[in-house]
Amino acid sequence: MKKLLPLAVGIAAIAATSGAYATTLEDVKSADVLKCGVSTGLAGFATPDDAGNWQGLDVDLCRAVAAAVLGDSEKVEFVPLSSKVRFEVLKSGEIDVLSRVTTWTLTRDVGLGLNFAGVNYYDGQGFMVSKELGVNSASELDGASVCIQTGTTTELNLSEYFRLNNMTYEPVPVETSAEGRSAYSAGRCDIYTTDASALAAQRSGLENPADHIILPEIISKEPLGPVVRHGDDQWFDIVKWTHNAMLNAEELGVTSANAMERSKDASNPAVQKLLGTADAGLGAQLGLSEDWAMNIITQVGNYSESFERNVGAETPLKLARGLNALWTNGGIQYAPPIK
Amino acid sequence: MSEQTRDYVLGEHPELPAPDQRSGFVKWAMENLFSSIGNSVVTIVGLYILYLVIPPFIQWAIIDSVVLGAESRRECQAINPDGACWAFIYRRWDQFVYGFYPAPERWRVNLSFVFVAIIIAIALVEKLRAIKGAIWVALALVAACAILIVGGMFGLDRVPTNKFGGFMLTLIIGLTGIFASLPIGIVLALSRLSSLPIFSIFATIFIEFIRGVPLITLLFIASTLLSYFLPPGTNFDLLVRVLIMVTLFSAAYLAEVIRGGLAAIPRGQYEAADALGLSYWKSMRLIILPQALKISIPGIVSSFIGLFKDTTLVLIIGLLDPLGIGQAAIADVKWIALSNELYVFIALFFFVFCFSMSRYSLYLERKLHTGHKR
Amino acid sequence: MSVSDVSEKAPSSLGAMWRDKKTRAIIMQIVAVIAVLLFFGWLVNNTVSNIENLGIKVGFDFLWNTASYDINQTLIDYTANDTHFRAGLVGLLNTLLVAVCGVILATILGFSAGVARLSNNFVLSRLMQVYVEAVRNVPVLLQILLWYGIILHSFPRVKAAEPIIEGVIATNRGLFLPQPLPQDGFGWVWIAFFAGIIGSFFFRRYAKKALDSTGKQLPVLWASLGLIIGLPIIVYFLMGQPLGVSMPELKGFNYKGGFAIKPEFLALWLALSIYTGAFIAEIVRAGILSVSHGQSEAAHALGIKPSLTMRLVVVPQALRVIIPPLISQYLNLTKNSSLAIAIGYMDIVATLGGISLNQSGRALEIMLIILSVYLFLSLSISGVMNIYNERVKLVER
Repeated sequence: MKKLLPLAVGIAAIAATSGAYATTLEDVKSADVLKCGVSTGLAGFATPDDAGNWQGLDVDLCRAVAAAVLGDSEKVEFVPLSSKVRFEVLKSGEIDVLSRVTTWTLTRDVGLGLNFAGVNYYDGQGFMVSKELGVNSASELDGASVCIQTGTTTELNLSEYFRLNNMTYEPVPVETSAEGRSAYSAGRCDIYTTDASALAAQRSGLENPADHIILPEIISKEPLGPVVRHGDDQWFDIVKWTHNAMLNAEELGVTSANAMERSKDASNPAVQKLLGTADAGLGAQLGLSEDWAMNIITQVGNYSESFERNVGAETPLKLARGLNALWTNGGIQYAPPIK
Repeated sequence: MSEQTRDYVLGEHPELPAPDQRSGFVKWAMENLFSSIGNSVVTIVGLYILYLVIPPFIQWAIIDSVVLGAESRRECQAINPDGACWAFIYRRWDQFVYGFYPAPERWRVNLSFVFVAIIIAIALVEKLRAIKGAIWVALALVAACAILIVGGMFGLDRVPTNKFGGFMLTLIIGLTGIFASLPIGIVLALSRLSSLPIFSIFATIFIEFIRGVPLITLLFIASTLLSYFLPPGTNFDLLVRVLIMVTLFSAAYLAEVIRGGLAAIPRGQYEAADALGLSYWKSMRLIILPQALKISIPGIVSSFIGLFKDTTLVLIIGLLDPLGIGQAAIADVKWIALSNELYVFIALFFFVFCFSMSRYSLYLERKLHTGHKR
Repeated sequence: MSVSDVSEKAPSSLGAMWRDKKTRAIIMQIVAVIAVLLFFGWLVNNTVSNIENLGIKVGFDFLWNTASYDINQTLIDYTANDTHFRAGLVGLLNTLLVAVCGVILATILGFSAGVARLSNNFVLSRLMQVYVEAVRNVPVLLQILLWYGIILHSFPRVKAAEPIIEGVIATNRGLFLPQPLPQDGFGWVWIAFFAGIIGSFFFRRYAKKALDSTGKQLPVLWASLGLIIGLPIIVYFLMGQPLGVSMPELKGFNYKGGFAIKPEFLALWLALSIYTGAFIAEIVRAGILSVSHGQSEAAHALGIKPSLTMRLVVVPQALRVIIPPLISQYLNLTKNSSLAIAIGYMDIVATLGGISLNQSGRALEIMLIILSVYLFLSLSISGVMNIYNERVKLVER
């Protein structure tokens, strides 16, 4: 009997801790750190550099949320996740937000019990082939071997595309982008397919990037965005408006360099509202301090800064803004106003 | 020699050839390498294979290799295109050892490494073990290591476990598994052999279940499904869950090894213990287990080696063991496609650890070889 | 106080019940059962309330939904329009395929290496020792990745590959071989083959009888080979060679026709076989060494030829020691095949546990299926082992 007592006490203790639910915001504030799920290593979106600091577009979103909530963009714990476990880990509450090139689909949004808090990159599935093969269009790919990263929507799109066009192919499933690149460059497959952004990242990582072309066909819509759990609307709002604040800042021309200055300039009420100097109480509505957006922009930057720093023309990825340009510049990134 | 039957004539000595006069290397070679045509062919083919494999490997791995002075694979190739590029391991050495453990806190890990070395010395060296209180020192050091590495006490900052990585993670999982699974394995083995049917049935079901499924499925359960089985809202650290799973997995295998050892103890030993009036636990502790564990040492050590090797599987659920750190490194544009270097390096690390463990077990086996076998 | 005093005082008290061995055993067992039941009840209760809280559907109906993904190695017909269930089945068959092939190759490697380690040729025995030590002390996952890397990087690309012999092309997309296509009448060849097996079985029994009654040895091996191989060949020619061949040909991106062994399969097969082979080699060596020297000396003394000594005296006794750990190595190989996921070989963990899981989100159900499949495989193999152990158990007086 003696041996059972500690067990019973343990069970009771565990049961007791589960009694009350805290909101995600309270959890994050009391832990003083944001737990953010990211890719295990995808150039431009989330990779650790030689010193072990995480960098990338998805990483910046995590940092922005941390800046908004905790006032410090460094208070993030990055949890690298494989595509297999990401949703389970988010659902179990081990991370607060999932920012891991995740495509927004109805099944995921509704069936898996998740909420997509916006789109930080509009993407689509494309194909990369070696120039040597002389292929100019995806319709010439009959009989090819195709490398696909498993555990994503990519497989379904590919299967559907080839079936609709009456073509056959040999699927070569790969687990990570590193494996995929290695298999592709060794000639295990003729084509590499994944989201066009990742394709550019993959191409930049090849021996001679110029020897490979990305075919013009985009066979799917892949809006990638940060994900949170169902059932905590306040947290959903915070993540959503963090992204929106970065877009609005770009639209208003507020950058990390000039944010301090602009906040003092009373001539533009939109900027004042964004940066919390207008006393509009917008931060309080979110449950945050008034300088929440100020922190995002001074510590992380606006959307354009983040984009150019991680995936833009100056980076090895060399992605054009394209669909991800602001609506004012012919793209479809359009954030609701902050007021 | 049984075929060599000769007809001897009484009183005469047969004319046998003089004994072989050759000695030293030539004699040894004639006996061991070229005793017959078949043997000679095997020897030559074997040597040829060695010739084909070893010199090019040494050329690639050592002579032509680049360790320092390269910032990327291209620079490696500029220095020597035919050799291995170890530079990324040098550049990311800290990550390989500590994972993402914060740099200013790394002294804590280093100090723990020293403590672990002392603990292992206490466990292995008989003279140290014999010192009074050595066991308590070892236990205190174990606690000190845990506090040092995790922190959150005595003014040490808490370091979240997902910053753990590299060899440090391998050692944490491997050593925790080894030390925690031994007692559980002993209890399981005793239960399985127990005369109380319920204990025996439970232990058997547990052992057969764990041994019947691949570790990777158990790890997958630990990483994703465990949250379903716990009260809503509870949540405990991924590394702890992995440690528990690895320990249980290893314990089930150990239990079978120890059961084999227990079964090999002659009936008379049990009867003698009973005759002395010892209680069950006393007879186990003083008579049966010391003998059974001694016989099982080779099996126990090979389970430990297995456990140590299995730590690589945590890669699949996203923990950054050295293989994971390495794969992240070779996904970097600068170090792309250095998979051969990476695998050889990691293989070497595991080989050194596992091979020394197996040698130590051989040594123990010989040292403890006091009876039973003649 | 005398001894009787103590025993007289005790009967009514709880302490005495505790001191009584039988009562104590029963109490402890009841407590254990209750504790385990409580624990499982607690788990089930949690699971149910979690499922309710998260609003997840539970059930196996998703297995009949369209899988809509393709698999590159299928032993049965499968298209993206088939169900998740069939995708799982394809994966299971792939698991079994690599397990069976692995067991065969590992056994061959292991027995050869085990015997070679005992050779008196220094180079050979040392080489084998190096093989065993090097392979046993490196994680199998690493070896799988390493072999896959070697195949990808050192075999020629499809476009650059030259046939080794007519119809046999080794590339880093697989080994392409001519595929025999049975035509009308080939069924008879199969019938002849099975007839040969049955015939050789009866011949063996006859030969055993003849040996027991007359002491004369009949050439069992040659007769069996003749029946099993020779008979089908004769029938094959009698039926007018009813076999076509499909040759692999380079068309467009890939070789078409023929029969292809995928590099993922090849890497997994080699890695698992070489890894398990090293363990088997040690088992075989220990088994042979376990047969006491007196046994072979006794056989010599009886005038039995050395080759027969090995076959009739040493091997049967060694096998008694070898078989149980050998079977558990087979089991390990089967379980290790789940690491296929690391190189994209589509076994059951990769199909059902990978892509299907990702699409349906039914982690609980799918893991249950996969665990059951592996448990079933393991328990049936260990069941076979137990039957064997019973049969070969040393019968002592």
